[in-house]
Amino acid sequence: MRILVVEDDPLLLDGLAIGLGLKGFTVDAVANCEDGRIAVGMHSYDCIVLDVMLPDGSGLDLLKELRAAKNCTPVLLLTARDQVPERIAGLDAGGDDYVGKPFDLDELAARLRALARRGAGRATAYLEWRGVVLDPAALRATKDGVSLKLTRREFAVLRALMERPTAIVSKAALEEALYGWQEEIESNAVEVHVHHLRAKLGQDFIKTVRGLGYRLAEEGA
Amino acid sequence: MNSIRGRLLAILIGTTLFVWIAAITWIYTSTQAEVERVLDARLTEAARMVNSLLADHRIPIRDDATSSKPAIRAATKVYERQLSCQIWSLDGTLVARSESAPGLPLTKAMEGFSEDIVDGETWRVFTIENPELGVRVMVGDTLRMRDRLVGDVVKGMVHSAAVAIPFLVGLIWLSVSHGLIPLSDLACALSRRSANELSPLPSAGIPKEIAPAVQAINELFGRVEAARERERSFTAFAAHELKTPLAGLKTQAQVALSSTDAAVHANALQQIVAGVDRTSRLVNQLLDMAALEASDVQPCSSDESLNHLVNSVVADLLSLASTRGIAIEVDSSKHDVRAKVEPQFFILALRNLLENALDHAKSVVRCQALDQGQWVRVVVEDDGPGILEPELERVTAKFVRGRNKSMTGSGLGLAIAKIAMARIGGKLTLHNREPTGLVAMLEIPRQAA
Repeated sequence: MRILVVEDDPLLLDGLAIGLGLKGFTVDAVANCEDGRIAVGMHSYDCIVLDVMLPDGSGLDLLKELRAAKNCTPVLLLTARDQVPERIAGLDAGGDDYVGKPFDLDELAARLRALARRGAGRATAYLEWRGVVLDPAALRATKDGVSLKLTRREFAVLRALMERPTAIVSKAALEEALYGWQEEIESNAVEVHVHHLRAKLGQDFIKTVRGLGYRLAEEGA
Repeated sequence: MNSIRGRLLAILIGTTLFVWIAAITWIYTSTQAEVERVLDARLTEAARMVNSLLADHRIPIRDDATSSKPAIRAATKVYERQLSCQIWSLDGTLVARSESAPGLPLTKAMEGFSEDIVDGETWRVFTIENPELGVRVMVGDTLRMRDRLVGDVVKGMVHSAAVAIPFLVGLIWLSVSHGLIPLSDLACALSRRSANELSPLPSAGIPKEIAPAVQAINELFGRVEAARERERSFTAFAAHELKTPLAGLKTQAQVALSSTDAAVHANALQQIVAGVDRTSRLVNQLLDMAALEASDVQPCSSDESLNHLVNSVVADLLSLASTRGIAIEVDSSKHDVRAKVEPQFFILALRNLLENALDHAKSVVRCQALDQGQWVRVVVEDDGPGILEPELERVTAKFVRGRNKSMTGSGLGLAIAKIAMARIGGKLTLHNREPTGLVAMLEIPRQAA
């Protein structure tokens, strides 16, 4: 799950990038509105964490721009100004959630998962497909009740596929879900992770659609 | 009570009364003159008429005065017997007299106009002497009658005034009340407002007499609102600047707690240490700012050596500079630069400038005190990225941080330097230098120094 964090404070930005990375998110971190605008134009994020007070303008203005451009990415506003009128202004500007500083990292991660879930139109926190259950909060996976041992990257690939089980997910989209900007994309990494996942879940769980990407196999296929 | 309505009423009623009284007085005097002129003409005419009748012998001159018929009778009832006529022979015998005329001569004058008192009555008499007939014709009227004529005219005026003035007072009262409606509306609109409602009063349709008051009130509202807005934004910025590092510290602490990776762990702890340093500097700056804002401009009588002050501030910062690998070069002048400055404020301004320079410099910060005629300047230069031109104006405002901001700044340093300089009568100027870096100058005018 790839998210964008727009926050000007280097201490907090670093903490969020690393902390949310540990929680299973792929994080792109930028420090101002301008860079945020460029990032949103380049990638499609599952969620955006947006600070309200930024050095080159208000996060709310960036948010309004996004909404005016019909961008529906869930946005969580992060701000020190957490009085009721400011919350209202933030939500009315198009924000989906509002967290006042300082916050709890686990709560922030849970709120981001909830936003992403709602953005994808799902009701439960778990992802399920053919006996495989994914718990994005705990980064745990089970197959038929038996716990699976997955690496962080394997988990991210599986999650990207299970979020839209019948859709074809391109290799590039999987790479995007796996790597932030700061990370060097290893060639064949996606193939390697899929190979490992097939070994753990059964060869027929993930199908390769030649030239397009991957998708999960239908029941009984 | 001082009331506009009361004043207007008093002024309007006073002037109305004055106009009426003036009118009555004027009419009284002019009527009096007119009546005198007309009645005198009538006396003359009547006397001549009687004289001509005598001359034509239409009226026989008899010795028996007592049986004489009135020669002239007034027609109207109200002013009956206005004129009295006597005909005297030149030797002083009454030849004839009208009904209303007394038996004694109306005047002692031989000819022309005269006034005399006969039987306690003042008469105005015109006398014609007719030597041919040997008679003297006297026609007169009483002054009482004349006064009554004038008095009746004035009485008519006073009566109508007595009726009209209460009406006028009522009308004036109504008009004044109606005219004052915009004022009472304004007072009403102001008294209905709560303390937080500072939106401008509507200025459309306001009479031009109270428009300046409304404008002044709106300007005051604007200033109060601006002050409150500054207060609010200061609070918001302070909250942001204090809560953000706290959020960063907490996040880093949670990262350190949840990670088993030694590198992540160490990084998080390092970030926490840096964050605490930064936050404590921010708290110090907030306290400095609060102290500065509470203080007044302080004149200083003692002459301070700026070289000495620069050296002492630089000495304090040397260890910070060396940990960052930045050199501070102090250009010591050939001669001592002195200025009258309050050392506490000057040190505060200089320290914030130097810290700012250390935050941004790549390798070196230069500091120099200069004596340049009208100005004494302390210049701080760094070789950092400088400040983007459009931001140069804004960066001295509280909590404003430019795009090229440091990891550790709070947006208060330059604001503190600016306010501190203002307190000692100087100023702070900033400009970028070629090829890169910022030049910050503390300027103290010679006359204030």
